[in-house]
Amino acid sequence: MTQLIDKKIGADSASGNQQVKFYQTGTYTVGNRLLDENQRTVQASLDRSNALDSGHRACQGCGEAIGARYAIDAVMRATGNQMIACNATGCLEVFTTPYPETAWQMPWIHSLFGNAAAVATGVAAAMKVKGKKAVRVIAQGGDGGTTDIGFGCLSGMFDRNDDVLYICYNNQAYMNTGVQRSSATPPGARTATTMPVGPEPGNVFGQGKNVPLIAMAHGIDYVATASVHDLHDLERKVTKAMTFRGSRYIEIFVPCPLGWGSKPCDTIKLARMAAECGLWPMLEAEYGELTASYKMRKPAPVTGYLKLQRRFAHLFKPGQEERLAGMQALADKNIAKFQLLEKGEQA
Amino acid sequence: MLKQMEGSVAVAEAVALARPEVICAYPITPQTHIVEGLGELVKAGKLQNCEYINVESEFAALSVGIGSSSAGARTYTATASQGILYMAEAVYNASGMGLPIVMTVGNRAIGAPINIWNDQTDSMSMRDAGWIQLFCETNQEAVDVHIQAFKIAETLNVPVMVCMDGFILTHAYERIDMPEQAQVDQFLPPFNPRQVLDPAHPVSMGAMVGPEAFTEVRYLAHHRQLQALEVIPKIAAEYNAIVGRDNGGLISTYQTEDAETLIISLGSVIGTIKDVIDDRRAGGEKIGCVAIRSFRPFPIAAIREACSKAKRVVVLEKCFAVGLGGMVASNVRMALATQPLPVYNVIAGLGGRPITQKSLHKLFDQAAADSLEGLHFLDLNHEIIERELERERLEGCSGAVAENILRGIGAVAASKV
Repeated sequence: MTQLIDKKIGADSASGNQQVKFYQTGTYTVGNRLLDENQRTVQASLDRSNALDSGHRACQGCGEAIGARYAIDAVMRATGNQMIACNATGCLEVFTTPYPETAWQMPWIHSLFGNAAAVATGVAAAMKVKGKKAVRVIAQGGDGGTTDIGFGCLSGMFDRNDDVLYICYNNQAYMNTGVQRSSATPPGARTATTMPVGPEPGNVFGQGKNVPLIAMAHGIDYVATASVHDLHDLERKVTKAMTFRGSRYIEIFVPCPLGWGSKPCDTIKLARMAAECGLWPMLEAEYGELTASYKMRKPAPVTGYLKLQRRFAHLFKPGQEERLAGMQALADKNIAKFQLLEKGEQA
Repeated sequence: MLKQMEGSVAVAEAVALARPEVICAYPITPQTHIVEGLGELVKAGKLQNCEYINVESEFAALSVGIGSSSAGARTYTATASQGILYMAEAVYNASGMGLPIVMTVGNRAIGAPINIWNDQTDSMSMRDAGWIQLFCETNQEAVDVHIQAFKIAETLNVPVMVCMDGFILTHAYERIDMPEQAQVDQFLPPFNPRQVLDPAHPVSMGAMVGPEAFTEVRYLAHHRQLQALEVIPKIAAEYNAIVGRDNGGLISTYQTEDAETLIISLGSVIGTIKDVIDDRRAGGEKIGCVAIRSFRPFPIAAIREACSKAKRVVVLEKCFAVGLGGMVASNVRMALATQPLPVYNVIAGLGGRPITQKSLHKLFDQAAADSLEGLHFLDLNHEIIERELERERLEGCSGAVAENILRGIGAVAASKV
């Protein structure tokens, strides 16, 4: 094997030797100590696994690092640490495993950009043939590695309904390679390949893929969208996903200060605003049918969310009113399509 | 046990004897009957403790294999032609990660023009991907080499490509002496990798490596290939001791002791070459041949030794590096750099063109007279070439070369109606 890095886990954390840091003690985000034991988050527990250890090289304010940490810790709690992760090439892979170091506290493999789902299928097959039914397999990647180059393998895994949870950390562009457009880049957004120039600056309207819906169309066991502003909800969805034995797909909204031109301190705020304006609908589906969606009383206008990001700055220039209205129309469409309003509320 | 069977089916049975635990299969581009045969064995319960996975592409096929091998399962897949190009990224990845996957390549041409018939350009396109590449002359050799391949791969932590000519071997019925399960079990212990993906002993595999260690990683890959030069013959001897057949090793030789003219080739064409050598030996010519069984690692010392008394070498190969010449010949020339021998390079059998005894006799006549050019194309139809070149001179350059040629020789006469 090229490079194999031994790490100790589990035993240490279980015996309490691990130094535990509570970054946001007292907030709902990390698990209010005043909550009942069973309502507290994974992170509130002394036995949490620290799946993604401190010292990794993510940027300040990285949404993906937060999402991955909470998602994998939730998987580890759900499986009693009996899990293996397969990672696509991308930011998450690069910032966690610069040779000879690794930030991961569980068995982890990176092969290529476009094959994380297929590698996971192989690991799951090996676990099955070895009789290790308790060991669960997840695959993870960014939106480029999921919706574009890895899509064939992902769809194949859904087709076979392999026992794998695939987690996509969606920051809406190829951030690791210098912020190029992916099929998850929203309309209007500036990227290195959709520059804010010409009469229609930024990414084109009317293109892109909605992979959660495509995943649902495969009829797989469980599909959910989540976001780093509601980590309790994220943990719940990941935990629920681990109760199924077929293919599952969770897409997590992870703001990227570098690619979005936002303040590192606004990562959680932006994630919340995206959900509250309707641009990031929070959904759950089982066996191809929508089962739940995040409800709001009154949607916020998209402008508040867009204004905090330089990638949308050109939409606020004179002459761009129609495109700005187009962004609002996208949010309105999501609200209507996924019934995001609480009963009795009107937009 | 002696059986009359198709090459693909024989290989499927041989692979099953090696008790693979995960088999991934993508059918088209094109496949052989090998994975079909294995699928049937798994489905029927004759090959137990094995996961058979139908995937959506060749890229996924090897990617699934990367996952299963990393998790400690003995892994097998098969491919050919366009398929191996489609999985190219994973081919390099599997060797870079040191995963002992065994993969059959049913050698076929690569398009365009699209062509499903035999040559060896597909395997050769991956010759520098870090895999061990073993070429088979007969289906019996393919059976024996496949079983040895698992042991070679798992001894060295290097993936092994077993290359056998598409159609000529994969679809041909021959007499096969199939080893017994007990013999194979004695020869091949269960796969017990040093390190795997395991929650009890967590490791990170596939880390990013920068300039500080990348060269060393590549050097160690080369070092393992050099080790293979010793391991391959050793494992062939072990196999011979148990099964009683000496099919394996780095090269095989035929009538080389006093040969002045040495033919070097690889794959099934060796059989035809041996027949021609017998004819010519009867006429008193001192001619013999060397079959390269291991193309990677390339057995430089063995070839040098085999050629030490020859007066000339003819490398006949079913692959062609456009703009250079033969891929095998350039390797042979490197091996013989210190020996002042003429090395003639013959490109033959591309896209399934038959290599006939008649053509070989004519070729070897020219070789014996030292009248061959350095790079020779066997049975090249100069009339077609001249006609197309003339048309290009008159009409300017055209992209549809293949179609023009076919029209010229009337193969698509129907389209003119």
